[in-house]
Amino acid sequence: MKVLLNHPVREVDVKGPRRVKDLLKELNLLSETVLVVRGDELVTEDDMLRDDDRIEIRPVMSGG
Amino acid sequence: MRCRKCKDRAVLEIPRHHTAFCKPCLSDFICAQAERAVTEEKMFTKTDRVLVAVSGGKDSLSLLDILRRLGYQADAFYVDLGIGAYSRQSKTRVEQFTSARGIPLHVHELKEDEGAGINELADLVHRPTCSVCGTLKRYHFNRTAVELGYQVLATGHNLDDEASRLLGNVLHWQTEYLDKQGPTLPASMDGFAKKVKPLFRLAEREIAAYAIVNKIDYIVEECPNSKGAKMLLYKDILNRLESESPGTKQAFYWGFLAKQEAEAKTRPSMAENDRAVLHPCITCGQPTTAETCSYCKLMARAKKDGPSPVAS
Repeated sequence: MKVLLNHPVREVDVKGPRRVKDLLKELNLLSETVLVVRGDELVTEDDMLRDDDRIEIRPVMSGG
Repeated sequence: MRCRKCKDRAVLEIPRHHTAFCKPCLSDFICAQAERAVTEEKMFTKTDRVLVAVSGGKDSLSLLDILRRLGYQADAFYVDLGIGAYSRQSKTRVEQFTSARGIPLHVHELKEDEGAGINELADLVHRPTCSVCGTLKRYHFNRTAVELGYQVLATGHNLDDEASRLLGNVLHWQTEYLDKQGPTLPASMDGFAKKVKPLFRLAEREIAAYAIVNKIDYIVEECPNSKGAKMLLYKDILNRLESESPGTKQAFYWGFLAKQEAEAKTRPSMAENDRAVLHPCITCGQPTTAETCSYCKLMARAKKDGPSPVAS
């Protein structure tokens, strides 16, 4: 699957299928700091992602 | 995962509340939490005019959306800091959001009114950009609210913002700042608007989810000046704690507020303290503890040291 990451913007390929929580673990991301979006729909940690999905990892931390 | 309320497909799990919500129930939850903050903390009523400081980010645009949805008279105020492409993109988001909903928008342009953008001003006065930004924004938020007849100035500060700020203040024992860390600051005297933070009960992840679910087109990119900011480090630390022990952030900040409220009964009120030390700035008339307020001092220094004309 194509995974779009922010800060900085980049795209990585990750083999599917896998659960959201496993994807976050592989990318070394804390679920508290991001939201996972498939298309324009939010998905939760137990949702299964398919190999042909396009995923965005949206960071939620902001401010200086 | 299913929504705890209606059993539809959940879009967000909220471990600190042992719950999960679908799209409509998430929006209901967010609005209910904001409404609870507004009423319990006596922030404002439906007859007050509220000016919402917006940056184009998820928190401030969501706050404006939530307050309007709840039936409050909320208008928008944007300070254009002149930070190149970042400011242009964030301003566009604010303009599109407000015009699509028919919300009045007031704009202050730093480059036009102060004669320079935030980075140039910070260079001129040899101070960190974030510190100069804070001084300028606080000044214009208050001044614009008062001059345009708004009773209240609302900002999109959330639970993560407040908990991380509290952590920073406690780590450095900056106890003098703790009194002002509540979600409601009174309009202690003429020239001061009441300042409120209606999102203090909500984590920024919950607000970001609200923005996505409600298709609010906010700027995801971070301010380029915030790279390496201490506040982001404190947020990261708190998020690690939260992951291991859900509810840590709210226990820390809400616990602080509860202690502060208990102690308030035996101490002079914030308004009394303010009135004892504040008086009008000799240059601009805004309340200040010194003869000249920090904004006027900053602008005087920028004018003195600047190679090009800088307005006051």
